[in-house]
Amino acid sequence: MSRLTIKVKANQAAGRKSLVAYIVAGDPVKDLTVKLMHAMVDAGVDIIELGFPFSDPEAEGPVIQLAHERALRHDTSLRDVLSMVEQFRQGDADTPVILMGYLNPIELMGYEEFCVSASGAGVDGTIIVNMPPEESGVFASQLENHDIESVYLLAPTTTDKRAAYITAQSRGFVYYVSLKGTTGASNLDVRDVGEKLSRFREISSLPVMVGFGIKDAATAAEVAQISDGVVVGSAIVSLMAKHDQDLERVITDVTGLLCGIRKSLDEI
Amino acid sequence: MSNETVLGKNGVNEPISSFPDEDGHFGVYGGRFVSEILMQALDELNSEYERLSRDDAFQAELKSDLSHYVGRASPLYFAERLTDMAGGAKIYLKREDLNHTGAHKINNCIGQALLAKYMGKPRIIAETGAGQHGVASATVAARFGLACKVYMGSEDIERQSLNVYRMKLLGADVVPVTSGSRTLKDALSEAMRDWVANVDDTHYIIGTVAGPHPYPKLVRDFQSVIGRETKMQFADMHGGLPDALVACVGGGSNAMGIFYPFLEDASVRLVGVEAAGMGLDTGQHAAPLTAGNVGVLHGNRTYLMQDAHGQIIDTHSVSAGLDYPGVGPEHAWLKDIKRADYVAVTDEQALAAFRSLNLLEGILPALESAHAVAHGIDLARSMDRDKAIVINLSGRGDKDIPTMAKIDGITIT
Repeated sequence: MSRLTIKVKANQAAGRKSLVAYIVAGDPVKDLTVKLMHAMVDAGVDIIELGFPFSDPEAEGPVIQLAHERALRHDTSLRDVLSMVEQFRQGDADTPVILMGYLNPIELMGYEEFCVSASGAGVDGTIIVNMPPEESGVFASQLENHDIESVYLLAPTTTDKRAAYITAQSRGFVYYVSLKGTTGASNLDVRDVGEKLSRFREISSLPVMVGFGIKDAATAAEVAQISDGVVVGSAIVSLMAKHDQDLERVITDVTGLLCGIRKSLDEI
Repeated sequence: MSNETVLGKNGVNEPISSFPDEDGHFGVYGGRFVSEILMQALDELNSEYERLSRDDAFQAELKSDLSHYVGRASPLYFAERLTDMAGGAKIYLKREDLNHTGAHKINNCIGQALLAKYMGKPRIIAETGAGQHGVASATVAARFGLACKVYMGSEDIERQSLNVYRMKLLGADVVPVTSGSRTLKDALSEAMRDWVANVDDTHYIIGTVAGPHPYPKLVRDFQSVIGRETKMQFADMHGGLPDALVACVGGGSNAMGIFYPFLEDASVRLVGVEAAGMGLDTGQHAAPLTAGNVGVLHGNRTYLMQDAHGQIIDTHSVSAGLDYPGVGPEHAWLKDIKRADYVAVTDEQALAAFRSLNLLEGILPALESAHAVAHGIDLARSMDRDKAIVINLSGRGDKDIPTMAKIDGITIT
């Protein structure tokens, strides 16, 4: 069992809602990332989704697209991201880290080399946005051999049949993309999310984290009531954009936001 | 000869034309590398397309529009003076430039707009680089009464103001894309984002044989009318089969369109011509098959222009329609199984061919098509006089007059 499954199960057992935080590695500068990861953990984050930048992040809204661009402005490569995880692990042996991004940089590095390096660095899982389980055959089994868990996505448009297939392939948890749109969209309908989730719960007992559209403590609390946890991405990343010249301020604002969300989750 | 087969995934030999497999794979290429949000829409599109490709009413309507609206069949033309200049094999031109809107793009747009209509989707979206596919999409949207939004890189909007205005005249909403390199690849990403958010009422008309399954197959099928006509026209005019087909390849839809009906005719050489831009050794080109490597972008696995870390890099070609860092997955596969050859032609060579075709045949080719003409002349020259080739003249060059004038230092007001 990896750190990821252990953490998710422990949270479930303790009745604690999981707080998952997403940032893009290297945004706005490479030096900030590890420091920010530790600060987010201190603010109550349970799982870190570390985005590895790609030139063409097809499923992202404008906020996260720009984060990828900022990270690539100083050439943050997949290898850089892996060494950030390695550095983070020196000070934190417990918090699960999931690499999230698009397949091409991994494809170019080679699946086997990626698996060896990622597992050596202390990566616990992957979310490859543009790789549905149908296309992940060889890669998924290599990841499994290296104890890296593949997390897959469910969407509002996912049929029951596909949901059964996806949840059977997904490890650790399944990520429910709460709305039809790109990251950072604003039209979250909590009742609709609730209906979909209860359908998925009949199909699988895998824990469900909900992302897309979680902006603040209030939406986080609403969504966490019907799920095992929430993923906060664009709300954090927009703070990075706002103060990209003042890194101390970035850390203060991000931890402020996350502390507020943590508090609201713990009050459920 | 009709015996070209290749080993399929079930371990038996399958005809080349039977690909992709049911999951959209051409060997290791193609597939469906998209976010989960789009999977249902792609499944729906695939099953609707399979159903309609056997539906008599749909096919009749498509055929009627191709004849009466697009103006098909497009002529096959024996280019006598060009042949004399080259001094080798006979050169025939498949005149896709004579279609309504001036290029092969409309073949696919008519087909997909009809799909949208039959699927009950009142809105279409499209991406465009030079604006040709955008114009064709806006045209069919007007024809079928569909709302139309065209995504176009803000760099391209600056460079192609004529086509932007034309799309507006056709009632389309042209949306500037300011992310990434602000060109075709970013417009494609942005159109995918729109589709993700609006799948219920929107059909996305991809303009080339790329993207997630079923697009490479579907666009190829709609474009293969080019090859079917060529086969019949060539048999009538010349007899037998041509010895080679030559077509330019950006995403590769005009090339797949003319190649596909000939895939199993082993005697017919298939040659795709990419844009070598300033030269392959300069890095300033758009030739992923000739000088790129394999990766995943825009929903499929194929050859790409990318850096050592897997980031997609900027491309260059004098012809905006070839300026794309990827290529259709079927071309990637045809290259690997050696059924087609891919070469690259520089800006300079394409411009020379552009001038030759004007002077010798009175035909103004698109700069994209001029790449095929440039290689076609060289290929014909290397062949005996009793041989014959067909060059797919995929579009006309009116849109390129400002570019040419600028190169010649002439100001047009």
